[in-house]
Formats: sequence, C-alpha cells, structure tokens
Amino acid sequence: MKRTSIFKAVIGASALVPAALLVRGIFTDDLGANPVEYITHQTGWFALFFLFVSLAVTPLRRATRWHEIIRYRRMLGLFAFFYATLHFLTWFVFDHAFDVASMLEDVFKRPYITVGMAAFLMLLPLAITSNQVMIRRLGRKWQALHRLAYAAAFAGVVHFWWLVKADIREPQRWALALTALLGVRAWWTFRARLSSRS
Amino acid sequence: MLIRKAGDVRSSEVTPQALYLRRREFIQGIAGSALAAAAALSPAAARRVDAQTGQKLPNVRKSPLSTSEKLNDYEDVTTYNNFYEFGTAKDDPAMNAKSFKPRPWKLAIEGHVAKPAAYDLDEFIKPFALEERIYRLRCVEAWSMVIPWVGIPLADIIKRAEPTARAKFVEFVSLHDPVRMPGQRVDVLPWPYVEGLRMDEAMHPLTIMAVGVYGEVLPNQNGAPMRLIVPWKYGFKGIKSIVKIRLVDYQPRNTWQVQTPHEYGFYANVNPEVDHPRWSQARERRIGEFFKRKTLMFNGYADQVAGLYAGMDLRKNY
Repeated sequence: MKRTSIFKAVIGASALVPAALLVRGIFTDDLGANPVEYITHQTGWFALFFLFVSLAVTPLRRATRWHEIIRYRRMLGLFAFFYATLHFLTWFVFDHAFDVASMLEDVFKRPYITVGMAAFLMLLPLAITSNQVMIRRLGRKWQALHRLAYAAAFAGVVHFWWLVKADIREPQRWALALTALLGVRAWWTFRARLSSRS
Repeated sequence: MLIRKAGDVRSSEVTPQALYLRRREFIQGIAGSALAAAAALSPAAARRVDAQTGQKLPNVRKSPLSTSEKLNDYEDVTTYNNFYEFGTAKDDPAMNAKSFKPRPWKLAIEGHVAKPAAYDLDEFIKPFALEERIYRLRCVEAWSMVIPWVGIPLADIIKRAEPTARAKFVEFVSLHDPVRMPGQRVDVLPWPYVEGLRMDEAMHPLTIMAVGVYGEVLPNQNGAPMRLIVPWKYGFKGIKSIVKIRLVDYQPRNTWQVQTPHEYGFYANVNPEVDHPRWSQARERRIGEFFKRKTLMFNGYADQVAGLYAGMDLRKNY
C-alpha cells in the first residue's frame, strides 16, 4: 500500500513537470518567439504521450507480470485528459479569443480540428467515469466504454498527421506505436481464440 | 501603377530593441503578481542574448517603402523561421546553420538575358546601393513579423543582366548541397528549392534581394548570403541561399507547388479571403502578440500591387 502511494506521488509529480515548465517558461520568457504555438504543441504532444502510456500499461503488465502497474493507469489517463484540456483551452483562448462561433466554424470546417476535437470529446466520458463509483455502476459496460481510449488515440494521431505541412515523420512514429499497441491486442485475441478452439 | 509612399521613417522613430523585448510583460501581467515576483528572482529572466553578432553593412539608405510598424526583435527574427534546408522545426535553422559558410559564393544569372554570367556574390553586390526595407512578413502558417531587411531592388539586378523580350518569368534556385545543408538529407521537399515570379512581380519596386537584416550581414539561418523578399506574398516565396537566377519564358514550378499542388500555388499572394485548404488565412498571429489580428489583403500592400492582378481570379490563382 505504502509503495503504491509513493509510486503514485512520483508519477504524479513527474507528469506535472511539463506543465510546470510551461508555466515557468511564461514567466522567464523562455518559450521562444511564438509562446502560444509552443504551448499548443507541447500540451498536444503530452496529451498524446500520456494517452499512449496509459494504453501501454496492459501490454506491459502481461509482458512483465508486474501486475501492480495497473494501479497507475487511471492516473496516466487522467493526465492525458489534463494536457488535452490545456491544449484545447490554449487554442480556444488564444486562437479564437473565447469566440465560440468562430471556434465551432473551425471545428466543422477543418478536418484536422474536427478529429482533434473528436479525440478530446472521447476523453471526456472516460475522465468522468474514471472513479470507483462509476466503475461499479457501469460494470461490464465500463470496460467497453473505456476502449474509446483507442479511438481517441487514433483520432489524436490523425489530428497530428493532418496538421503538419510536409514533415510527416513524427506523426508516422505515433501511428507506428499505435499499430504496435493494437497489434499486441489483436495477437492476444487471436491466440485466445485458437486455444479455446483446441 | 500607383506606388504610395509609406512616409519616411527616421531611425529615431523606430522603437529601440530593448523596448520590444519587454512586450511579453503583457502575458506576465495576465497571470498574477505573485508568480511574476518569483520570476523576477529567476536568473533566466536576465539570460537573453540580444546582441547582434553580424558584420555591419556600410552605407545603408532608408527607404520610403518601409513600414513604421513596431519591429520584431533580432532574436525572434533569427531564431524562429522556416528554412527546411536546415530542418523542419522553427528553431532548427538557427541551430543547424551555425557552421554553414556562405562565402565564397557563386551566383549565376542566365536564361533569356543579353549578359549571362556567373559572379562572385560580393563582387556582384558591390556596385549596388543597399537599402533598408522594413516589411511585414506573413507566413502561410498564419504568423507574421515586421523585419528590417537590407537589400537591393530585384529590378536593378535583373536590368543589369539585360533581359531579352522572351523573358516572361524569373526562376530562382537555392543551393543544393546536403553536406552543408543537413535538412536536404531528408526528402521532406524535392530539392533544390525553386521559386518563381512573373516578370512584372520581379520588377516591382517592393521586391528585393536581401543581403542583410537589422543593418548587418544576413545570418545563415535567414538565407545567407542572399534571399528573395516579396512582401505581399507568403513567406515561402522568399527563397533563400540563392545560387541561380534564370530568366525564362515558362511559369516556373515552385517547390511547395510541386510538393502539394492543391495547397500551394505559384502566386501565393497573401489573401485573407482565400483559405489554405486546411486552415484559415483570415487572421494571423504577429510574433510578440498573443491574440490573432486580421490579415490584410496582399499583406497590406494592396495599394501598390493589387493592379498586378486586375481581372485575375485569385481563388484559382492561389
């Protein structure tokens, strides 16, 4: 029990470092020539990062049999939501100056923003149902609902891919990582079916 | 053609650099005084290097074509830009162009000209009078800056080569040397970078070849030793590190057009009404500001250049 709390504290503190660095950067004027763009990129990147790390927990757990790491998955998912929210707010406040109509126009007109918004909206119910009460109340449905995390990750990668101008190398790497995560799942399902048939 | 003078800007009227640097205090004000006080104690606040390190250019004349808008500071101009030959991130050029040697440099002027020749760049520049041109620069990515370029009207350069009647367009080619330009080792764009202008665009008094910025020799990351500046067009038209100027009778296929034809055209005139297929061009973020401002038709140079495109469908000719 104690060990878990220490781990949680360590993970939580580390996960807040990028946000803390951004806040510090604002005050020390250290975010480059275009701080708004920098904050937008960083928060978007870390949203994707924590989402992927949370999706990697189960495969890692099976591969290493280090079962207790499942206890940290919720935190990681919530940090993905935290950074996605900052990402959304930066864009809404600085690119759209709180103008909801102009924001919605962007959402419906620009495919990369449509999928980005879709990813964010998919994370929303996951964040809301990430407590014990909801887990108990939803039962089996909770597991099904939380598969949305994969859809959100997919939408997030598409969002990244569609916004770059010419250099698609980084979104390609994320797509590869997502393929690996989904591939592992598919392989397990395939093997489980094989063994249940025999 | 009406060329409206923007009014003489004396150097005394240009806000000193030290003042622009303080513009970010705006956002600091937003976030509360307690943290600001903490930041004041931080050593990083005093860390900025704003020294201009280049060689001073002699006898630079002011120009009535300059804008009197507040300049972007030297550090922003030299650390935030696109120059894919040195990497695709905005801070890559400043980091990766450090060891680039832009001299000696050969410049060839060829094609439909009476006097085709290859010059040593410094010899070539000598007879021309240098002018400071403070222009707005609007990137196709919807950010902008105000930059004090130093250069030569392109028209003067072209006239010296004596174009023939067959010269209808000007094609520019950048250096292609993956050893010196590490970004060219990656196929993000078809190398070498190529740009083009219609003859009347090239001869327009606003169009210059920049060899300096902020009164100094052009830094490597900004396109040393010589780059094109066409202030009413998106920044990607401003081809850098030019080795060849060719007068041709066909419309050149510029690199971004070759790369993504439905997104980037030949003209690339700044136009708030014609969106990039993936994002709006109606507004832009002026570097140093936090909220976006409206983008102006032809980047605010409509009075001088709109006539060049009279009767053209700017949606089709994007």
